[in-house]
Amino acid sequence: MLSCKEATHLVSEGLDRSLTLPEKIQLEMHLAMCKGCRNLKSQMSFLRQACKSYLAQEKGQTDSTRSR
Amino acid sequence: MSAAEGFVVDDEMLAGVRRDMLKFASLQLRDETLAEDVVQDALVAALKNGRQFAGRSALKTWIFAILKNKIVDQIREKCRTTNVSAISPEEANMDEAFERLFKENAHWTPEARPRDWGNPEESLREKRFWIVFDACLKHLPENTARVFMMREFLEFDTNEVCQELSITASNCHVILHRARNGLRRCLEKNWFMEGVQTC
Repeated sequence: MLSCKEATHLVSEGLDRSLTLPEKIQLEMHLAMCKGCRNLKSQMSFLRQACKSYLAQEKGQTDSTRSR
Repeated sequence: MSAAEGFVVDDEMLAGVRRDMLKFASLQLRDETLAEDVVQDALVAALKNGRQFAGRSALKTWIFAILKNKIVDQIREKCRTTNVSAISPEEANMDEAFERLFKENAHWTPEARPRDWGNPEESLREKRFWIVFDACLKHLPENTARVFMMREFLEFDTNEVCQELSITASNCHVILHRARNGLRRCLEKNWFMEGVQTC
Protein backbone atom coordinates (compact mmCIF):
# COMPACT_ATOMS: atom_id res chain seq x y z
CA MET A 1 0.00 0.00 0.00
CA LEU A 2 1.35 3.38 -1.08
CA SER A 3 1.99 5.99 1.60
CA CYS A 4 1.04 9.64 1.09
CA LYS A 5 4.71 10.55 0.90
CA GLU A 6 5.27 8.02 -1.90
CA ALA A 7 2.11 9.21 -3.62
CA THR A 8 3.46 12.80 -3.76
CA HIS A 9 6.48 11.54 -5.69
CA LEU A 10 4.38 9.57 -8.16
CA VAL A 11 2.01 12.51 -8.68
CA SER A 12 4.94 14.81 -9.43
CA GLU A 13 6.71 12.28 -11.66
CA GLY A 14 3.45 11.70 -13.50
CA LEU A 15 3.85 15.26 -14.80
CA ASP A 16 7.30 14.46 -16.21
CA ARG A 17 7.23 10.85 -17.44
CA SER A 18 4.66 8.14 -18.15
CA LEU A 19 4.10 6.09 -15.05
CA THR A 20 4.31 2.31 -15.37
CA LEU A 21 1.07 0.37 -15.18
CA PRO A 22 1.73 -0.92 -11.63
CA GLU A 23 2.58 2.64 -10.55
CA LYS A 24 -0.62 3.95 -12.09
CA ILE A 25 -2.73 1.30 -10.39
CA GLN A 26 -1.12 1.88 -7.00
CA LEU A 27 -1.51 5.62 -7.32
CA GLU A 28 -5.15 5.41 -8.44
CA MET A 29 -5.98 3.12 -5.54
CA HIS A 30 -4.34 5.50 -3.13
CA LEU A 31 -6.05 8.57 -4.61
CA ALA A 32 -9.42 6.87 -4.46
CA MET A 33 -9.07 6.69 -0.69
CA CYS A 34 -7.08 9.81 0.10
CA LYS A 35 -8.61 13.26 -0.23
CA GLY A 36 -5.36 14.99 0.78
CA CYS A 37 -3.44 13.40 -2.09
CA ARG A 38 -6.29 14.10 -4.52
CA ASN A 39 -5.99 17.76 -3.52
CA LEU A 40 -2.22 17.55 -3.97
CA LYS A 41 -2.69 16.21 -7.49
CA SER A 42 -5.05 19.05 -8.41
CA GLN A 43 -2.65 21.56 -6.89
CA MET A 44 0.30 20.25 -8.88
CA SER A 45 -1.71 20.25 -12.12
CA PHE A 46 -2.76 23.80 -11.36
CA LEU A 47 0.91 24.81 -11.01
CA ARG A 48 1.53 23.60 -14.54
CA GLN A 49 -1.50 25.49 -15.81
CA ALA A 50 -0.35 28.64 -14.03
CA CYS A 51 3.12 28.41 -15.59
CA LYS A 52 1.56 28.01 -19.02
CA SER A 53 -0.59 31.09 -18.42
CA TYR A 54 2.36 33.09 -17.18
CA LEU A 55 3.32 34.69 -20.48
CA ALA A 56 -0.28 35.20 -21.52
CA GLN A 57 -0.90 37.04 -18.27
CA GLU A 58 2.07 39.33 -18.92
CA LYS A 59 0.53 40.14 -22.29
CA GLY A 60 -2.81 40.95 -20.70
CA GLN A 61 -1.21 43.33 -18.26
CA THR A 62 0.65 45.15 -21.00
CA ASP A 63 -2.53 45.47 -23.02
CA SER A 64 -4.40 46.98 -20.12
CA THR A 65 -1.64 49.51 -19.43
CA ARG A 66 -1.68 50.50 -23.07
CA SER A 67 -5.38 51.07 -23.32
CA ARG A 68 -5.42 53.37 -20.30
CA MET B 1 11.64 47.22 -44.32
CA SER B 2 11.18 47.41 -40.59
CA ALA B 3 7.48 46.84 -40.10
CA ALA B 4 4.74 44.95 -41.81
CA GLU B 5 2.14 46.91 -43.70
CA GLY B 6 -0.69 47.97 -41.48
CA PHE B 7 1.21 47.02 -38.34
CA VAL B 8 3.81 49.31 -36.95
CA VAL B 9 6.15 48.35 -34.14
CA ASP B 10 5.90 51.52 -32.10
CA ASP B 11 8.13 52.49 -29.20
CA GLU B 12 5.41 52.27 -26.63
CA MET B 13 4.56 48.72 -27.59
CA LEU B 14 8.20 47.77 -27.64
CA ALA B 15 8.71 49.21 -24.17
CA GLY B 16 5.87 47.04 -22.89
CA VAL B 17 7.24 43.89 -24.47
CA ARG B 18 10.70 44.73 -23.22
CA ARG B 19 9.41 45.09 -19.66
CA ASP B 20 7.75 41.67 -19.83
CA MET B 21 10.89 40.15 -21.31
CA LEU B 22 13.06 41.58 -18.55
CA LYS B 23 10.82 40.23 -15.86
CA PHE B 24 10.78 36.79 -17.46
CA ALA B 25 14.55 36.72 -18.02
CA SER B 26 15.34 37.97 -14.50
CA LEU B 27 13.18 35.27 -12.97
CA GLN B 28 14.99 32.59 -14.95
CA LEU B 29 18.52 33.88 -14.66
CA ARG B 30 18.39 35.62 -11.27
CA ASP B 31 20.86 38.17 -12.51
CA GLU B 32 19.60 41.59 -13.58
CA THR B 33 22.61 42.53 -15.69
CA LEU B 34 22.62 39.23 -17.49
CA ALA B 35 18.87 39.52 -18.01
CA GLU B 36 19.32 42.98 -19.58
CA ASP B 37 21.94 41.61 -21.97
CA VAL B 38 19.84 38.64 -22.98
CA VAL B 39 16.77 40.79 -23.59
CA GLN B 40 18.78 43.25 -25.67
CA ASP B 41 20.25 40.43 -27.77
CA ALA B 42 16.84 38.86 -28.30
CA LEU B 43 15.24 42.17 -29.33
CA VAL B 44 17.99 42.98 -31.78
CA ALA B 45 17.82 39.49 -33.27
CA ALA B 46 14.04 39.62 -33.52
CA LEU B 47 13.80 43.06 -35.12
CA LYS B 48 16.67 42.94 -37.58
CA ASN B 49 15.07 39.90 -39.06
CA GLY B 50 12.55 42.14 -40.82
CA ARG B 51 9.93 39.45 -40.78
CA GLN B 52 6.32 40.43 -41.21
CA PHE B 53 3.93 39.94 -38.35
CA ALA B 54 0.19 39.56 -38.31
CA GLY B 55 0.02 41.75 -35.21
CA ARG B 56 1.18 42.42 -31.71
CA SER B 57 0.76 38.97 -30.30
CA ALA B 58 2.47 37.29 -33.25
CA LEU B 59 5.42 39.60 -32.77
CA LYS B 60 5.48 38.94 -29.06
CA THR B 61 5.37 35.17 -29.54
CA TRP B 62 8.27 35.43 -31.96
CA ILE B 63 10.34 37.63 -29.65
CA PHE B 64 9.75 35.32 -26.70
CA ALA B 65 10.77 32.28 -28.73
CA ILE B 66 14.08 34.00 -29.40
CA LEU B 67 14.37 35.09 -25.79
CA LYS B 68 13.87 31.53 -24.56
CA ASN B 69 16.74 30.35 -26.75
CA LYS B 70 19.01 33.09 -25.45
CA ILE B 71 18.11 32.18 -21.87
CA VAL B 72 18.88 28.52 -22.51
CA ASP B 73 22.30 29.49 -23.89
CA GLN B 74 23.03 31.40 -20.69
CA ILE B 75 21.87 28.52 -18.52
CA ARG B 76 24.15 26.15 -20.43
CA GLU B 77 27.02 28.54 -19.90
CA LYS B 78 26.31 28.87 -16.21
CA CYS B 79 25.96 25.15 -15.70
CA ARG B 80 29.50 24.52 -16.79
CA THR B 81 30.59 26.14 -13.58
CA THR B 82 27.88 25.06 -11.13
CA ASN B 83 26.93 21.67 -9.84
CA VAL B 84 23.16 21.61 -10.04
CA SER B 85 22.78 18.34 -8.16
CA ALA B 86 24.61 19.58 -5.05
CA ILE B 87 22.11 20.35 -2.28
CA SER B 88 22.34 23.85 -0.84
CA PRO B 89 21.40 24.55 2.81
CA GLU B 90 18.13 26.13 1.59
CA GLU B 91 17.30 23.00 -0.34
CA ALA B 92 18.13 20.83 2.67
CA ASN B 93 15.76 23.02 4.71
CA MET B 94 13.00 22.52 2.16
CA ASP B 95 13.49 18.77 2.31
CA GLU B 96 13.34 18.78 6.11
CA ALA B 97 10.19 20.91 6.02
CA PHE B 98 8.68 18.41 3.59
CA GLU B 99 9.48 15.48 5.91
CA ARG B 100 7.70 17.29 8.74
CA LEU B 101 4.44 17.23 6.76
CA PHE B 102 4.13 13.52 7.45
CA LYS B 103 3.48 11.32 10.44
CA GLU B 104 5.72 8.36 11.19
CA ASN B 105 3.66 6.13 8.93
CA ALA B 106 4.37 8.55 6.03
CA HIS B 107 0.78 9.80 5.82
CA TRP B 108 -0.09 13.51 6.10
CA THR B 109 -0.32 15.12 9.49
CA PRO B 110 -3.79 16.70 9.83
CA GLU B 111 -2.38 20.25 9.57
CA ALA B 112 -0.28 19.48 6.51
CA ARG B 113 -2.92 17.66 4.48
CA PRO B 114 -3.24 19.53 1.15
CA ARG B 115 -6.42 21.63 1.01
CA ASP B 116 -9.02 21.91 -1.66
CA TRP B 117 -8.22 25.09 -3.59
CA GLY B 118 -11.70 25.27 -5.10
CA ASN B 119 -11.54 26.80 -8.57
CA PRO B 120 -7.94 27.99 -8.62
CA GLU B 121 -8.25 28.92 -12.34
CA GLU B 122 -10.18 31.99 -11.29
CA SER B 123 -7.05 33.27 -9.57
CA LEU B 124 -5.21 33.34 -12.88
CA ARG B 125 -7.16 36.44 -13.81
CA GLU B 126 -6.21 38.30 -10.67
CA LYS B 127 -3.21 40.56 -10.74
CA ARG B 128 -2.55 40.04 -7.04
CA PHE B 129 -2.29 36.30 -7.56
CA TRP B 130 0.60 36.82 -9.95
CA ILE B 131 2.42 38.99 -7.46
CA VAL B 132 2.21 36.16 -4.93
CA PHE B 133 3.16 33.61 -7.59
CA ASP B 134 6.27 35.61 -8.54
CA ALA B 135 7.25 36.00 -4.91
CA CYS B 136 6.90 32.23 -4.38
CA LEU B 137 9.03 31.51 -7.45
CA LYS B 138 11.70 33.90 -6.27
CA HIS B 139 11.63 32.23 -2.90
CA LEU B 140 12.73 28.87 -4.38
CA PRO B 141 16.47 28.12 -4.11
CA GLU B 142 18.35 28.95 -7.29
CA ASN B 143 19.05 25.50 -8.69
CA THR B 144 15.65 24.17 -7.74
CA ALA B 145 14.05 27.14 -9.50
CA ARG B 146 16.23 26.73 -12.56
CA VAL B 147 15.25 23.09 -13.11
CA PHE B 148 11.59 23.89 -12.51
CA MET B 149 11.60 26.81 -14.90
CA MET B 150 13.38 24.90 -17.63
CA ARG B 151 10.70 22.29 -17.34
CA GLU B 152 7.64 24.50 -16.98
CA PHE B 153 8.49 27.82 -18.64
CA LEU B 154 11.00 26.85 -21.29
CA GLU B 155 9.05 23.60 -21.77
CA PHE B 156 11.92 21.17 -22.01
CA ASP B 157 11.07 17.55 -21.43
CA THR B 158 12.74 15.93 -18.45
CA ASN B 159 15.40 14.16 -20.54
CA GLU B 160 16.45 17.43 -22.11
CA VAL B 161 16.68 19.11 -18.72
CA CYS B 162 18.88 16.24 -17.45
CA GLN B 163 21.12 16.49 -20.47
CA GLU B 164 21.48 20.26 -20.41
CA LEU B 165 22.25 20.33 -16.71
CA SER B 166 24.18 17.02 -16.57
CA ILE B 167 22.03 15.51 -13.84
CA THR B 168 20.44 12.08 -13.60
CA ALA B 169 16.76 11.54 -14.32
CA SER B 170 16.05 10.58 -10.72
CA ASN B 171 17.82 13.69 -9.51
CA CYS B 172 15.73 15.74 -11.89
CA HIS B 173 12.54 14.17 -10.48
CA VAL B 174 13.65 14.87 -6.93
CA ILE B 175 14.35 18.51 -7.76
CA LEU B 176 11.02 19.00 -9.59
CA HIS B 177 9.17 17.37 -6.71
CA ARG B 178 10.91 19.73 -4.28
CA ALA B 179 10.07 22.74 -6.43
CA ARG B 180 6.40 21.82 -6.84
CA ASN B 181 5.96 21.16 -3.14
CA GLY B 182 7.66 24.38 -2.21
CA LEU B 183 5.53 26.35 -4.63
CA ARG B 184 2.24 24.74 -3.70
CA ARG B 185 2.94 25.22 0.01
CA CYS B 186 3.85 28.84 -0.60
CA LEU B 187 0.69 29.48 -2.66
CA GLU B 188 -1.47 27.64 -0.18
CA LYS B 189 -0.14 29.70 2.70
CA ASN B 190 -0.03 33.07 1.00
CA TRP B 191 -2.94 32.97 -1.41
CA PHE B 192 -5.43 30.14 -1.16
CA MET B 193 -5.64 29.97 2.62
CA GLU B 194 -4.84 33.58 3.25
CA GLY B 195 -7.06 34.76 6.05
CA VAL B 196 -8.57 31.32 6.54
CA GLN B 197 -6.11 29.99 9.08
CA THR B 198 -6.16 32.84 11.53
CA CYS B 199 -5.18 30.77 14.52
